[in-house]
Amino acid sequence: MTGEAVAFWIIAPITVLGAIGLVASRKAVHSALWLAVTMIGLAVLYISQDAPFLGVVQVIVYTGAVMMLFLFVIMLVGVDASDSLVETLRGQRVAAVLAGLGFAAVLVSAVSRATIGDPVPGEELNAAGNVEGLASLIFSDYLFAFEVTSALLITAAVGALVLALQPNVFPKKSQREQAIERFRPVDGDFSGATGLPAPGVLARHNAVGTPALLPDGTPSEASYSRVLRAREALEDGEGQQ
Amino acid sequence: MNPSSYIVLSAVLFSIGAVGVLLRRNALVVFMCVELMLNAANLAFVTFARTNGALDGQVTAFFVMVVAAAEVVVGLAIIMMIYRSRRSASVDDASLLKL
Repeated sequence: MTGEAVAFWIIAPITVLGAIGLVASRKAVHSALWLAVTMIGLAVLYISQDAPFLGVVQVIVYTGAVMMLFLFVIMLVGVDASDSLVETLRGQRVAAVLAGLGFAAVLVSAVSRATIGDPVPGEELNAAGNVEGLASLIFSDYLFAFEVTSALLITAAVGALVLALQPNVFPKKSQREQAIERFRPVDGDFSGATGLPAPGVLARHNAVGTPALLPDGTPSEASYSRVLRAREALEDGEGQQ
Repeated sequence: MNPSSYIVLSAVLFSIGAVGVLLRRNALVVFMCVELMLNAANLAFVTFARTNGALDGQVTAFFVMVVAAAEVVVGLAIIMMIYRSRRSASVDDASLLKL
């Protein structure tokens, strides 16, 4: 058994396990982590097949960038959002598993009957070096495809920006409007011009949840954080928990 | 080592990905299964590059990775948009293309 065969028989079950975990786990986060296992396993398989550049790109692009993007979106959508187990189409689950098994059987039997040539040794495949060989192909035969790829990437980035941007609900206030609002007297009182008291001033804690104390020891209404008030997470004026 | 075992592994991973696309309801997981299928195809490309003794297969796998990255960016943005309007990432809830 060669070293490559040993690596294959260790890595291949791990990748298949990761793929099954991806399909079988109920939470999206667990699926993403299983997929990362599969992708790292595939990177090892690439490297053992004399494709070190692709192996490194697999780790950087897939497990690094794409999986992080997935995890970020899962965080935004809700980590604990798990699949419902209600079948919307009756018998669809059984039919899907059967179809998958049949598809796998057809593919595997066809592939195992096919005559695949012996692998070319790595010194011959990467005679000029793997990265150098890929570069000379990309920048000669595949130059047009490479340029089109750059246009595709820019289009994808702009498209994602357009899709993900959400317009402001209220129009943004200009500096002039902000200044007018600040210096307009409320009931003949100009105290807004000095700014609101910071939370925790003269209180026993300087946490945001602790209101500032007025000279007579009562908490200042103006120092309450709007967000914390909405969450009812404010402490009393004494600064006690 | 016989390269057909790599191809068989690639076929198995592709089938698992296809089953996941059919089974799962969460749009994000469906998307991950599509990524798994693309990766399985890449493994086949790399293996065939080695059996043919030319690097063209590896270049193709490289391009597949680039296209997959672009696809992920746009697809996740669409999922985010649907989630924002419907508060759900399930493919069942998005059966109509309107709100």
